[in-house]
Amino acid sequence: MSQQGQKDLAPDTGPGPLTRPSGQLDHLADLYRQMLLIRRVEEEAARAYAMGKIGGFLHLYIGQESVAVGAVAALKRDDYCITTYRDHGLAIAKGMSAKALMAELYGKATGCSKGLGGSMHLFDVPNGMLGGYGIVGGHIPLAAGCAFASKYRSDGRVTLCFFGEGAVSIGGFHEGVSLAALWKLPIVFICENNEYAMGTPLYRSMSVEDVSMKALGYGIDRDRFFADDVLTVEQRIGEAVQRARETSLPTLVEVRTYRFRGHSMSDPAKYRSQAELEEQKKRDPLSRARAQLIADGYGEPRIHALEEGVEVEVAEAVKFADESPEPDMSILEPSTYSGPFSA
Amino acid sequence: MARTVRYREALREAMVEEMERDESVFLMGEEVGHYQGAYKVSEGMLARFGERRVIDTPIAESGFAGIGVGAAMVGLRPIIEFMTWNFSAVAFDQILNNAAKVRQMSGGQLTCPIVFRGPNASARQVGSQHSHAMEHFYATVPGVKVVAPAFPADAKGLLKAAIRDDNPVLVMESETLYSVKGEIPDDLDVVPIGQAQLVREGTDCSIVGYSRMTHVALEAAEALAREGISCEVVDLRSLRPLDEDTIVRSVRKTHRCVVVHEGWPYGGVGAEVADRVQRLAFDWLDAPILRVTTLDVPMPYNANLEQLCMPQPTRVVEAVRRVVRRGRAEA
Repeated sequence: MSQQGQKDLAPDTGPGPLTRPSGQLDHLADLYRQMLLIRRVEEEAARAYAMGKIGGFLHLYIGQESVAVGAVAALKRDDYCITTYRDHGLAIAKGMSAKALMAELYGKATGCSKGLGGSMHLFDVPNGMLGGYGIVGGHIPLAAGCAFASKYRSDGRVTLCFFGEGAVSIGGFHEGVSLAALWKLPIVFICENNEYAMGTPLYRSMSVEDVSMKALGYGIDRDRFFADDVLTVEQRIGEAVQRARETSLPTLVEVRTYRFRGHSMSDPAKYRSQAELEEQKKRDPLSRARAQLIADGYGEPRIHALEEGVEVEVAEAVKFADESPEPDMSILEPSTYSGPFSA
Repeated sequence: MARTVRYREALREAMVEEMERDESVFLMGEEVGHYQGAYKVSEGMLARFGERRVIDTPIAESGFAGIGVGAAMVGLRPIIEFMTWNFSAVAFDQILNNAAKVRQMSGGQLTCPIVFRGPNASARQVGSQHSHAMEHFYATVPGVKVVAPAFPADAKGLLKAAIRDDNPVLVMESETLYSVKGEIPDDLDVVPIGQAQLVREGTDCSIVGYSRMTHVALEAAEALAREGISCEVVDLRSLRPLDEDTIVRSVRKTHRCVVVHEGWPYGGVGAEVADRVQRLAFDWLDAPILRVTTLDVPMPYNANLEQLCMPQPTRVVEAVRRVVRRGRAEA
């Protein structure tokens, strides 16, 4: 099944018992804070979108926060990350400020991409966030290219490549994974299976239910688990990161998650029942992390302080975005070409 | 001093020299290594640089083009060889959406110093799927540069410039040019991207071409000289950016313009040249600008039909005669 002692892939049994060593409490609090920041930023972004302050597409990550936060927790700062257009969560997890993100959504010159990229194209190169990409599957070979560069230079970096289960049917996924496997690149392919490719459920888009099985044809390791517990995500992705870093072997990891909002702001998500959604919300990774912090004695006052800090950060980000200047025409040419150019 | 070198050797010299001066440059593509290149452009390079830097790929243009773009984003300088530009069609997304856009989408945080190269346009009787002139598609895209050298010296100098450029550069070669010989000055370094050149001076009509069509234009000009029509031939070398100054200077002198290129007549580089000339040299023109292109059909296999579809010197001669006669009383 795999070269490296594949763990049992069977247990799709949902969240396990809430037991963690207390030494992880501060760490868990930090991860909870990141997840909450992502959620609150996105909730405010949705509000701003409704007010017409954000245009175009806005794909929310709400419900999936534990995937990006847990995965990035398993990285070093200069490791590379690359993802799809549903990129707000990863950008924050990788270290982008809420201000730079919100200003980008507002299309402002102070945004991470100076207002040229928008919601789908968040880049923070100093933090190793190499972008959100809008063509499904097209970024997967790019990620393999980043990992290729790391191997070429022996720089010890690992690349994490995120995509949805909807990307697994397009060629870019297969060519990217195939070449990464052939050339033994230090990369982890993370399929965020949120069960719907826009409005199409997995069973109507794929011939197998277990996305991680796609690894078999390429002879690489695989893993598959639920994202309910952010620490589980960190640990399991961490195993794949270690494999990439120490043995330069790729892994395909299917992380089972769920988005609580529609595909984008224009999607009322009528293809699924309210009952299904409510059932899934019981597995909210934020609620779970918060409950665990309380159960393990982190203390309500500290949690409140943390949450108030997030509110302040989000409010400041919205204010910053609102008050920031628009980019002007002078930015267009120099951002198209490096160096002088006259077509 | 100068040496006589074939076009394919000139390209190889460019790659070898740049790989020797810069460790971050590598060559990747189908059959570039062990096979020594489908057209032997990379012959000997595997032995010289090893498998780390001369990398054979499976048949997966979208995959390895994307890997090149990703590697370029983080600072390497890949040379991605397409066995032919026809096959780049399955990698179009990587060039259009990633290579050409990543600098803009990142607000200038990332650059993409990558070269895509390979033979373009018709070869001989390779049929409709292997005869595309792909430069017309790519030259419309802001964020990339496109060059199409006609001579070995320009092939070498432009490829060297492309490798050193911090932007994606698409180098359009030609299977039918690989064995063409030409002189290369010993002190040749880079040929700057974006500069056309006059390869023949004349007074009656400017013929604008690039790649193999520059040779067709020169052949036509020679034939026309025998009937007393003096043609100037402008070799574009670079399609994006386009050196409109050199084109316009020539047309203002000759008052007539014929553009010749492979590829279909709808839109394309010829239409772009015609637009610039009519805008920038309107008062100097004595005749409409004519284009000589591949006929508006998929390329046929039949040898005779293929030749009839492609721009030939005779068709260029006929086009020049039409624009020259138009200015005369008997026309």
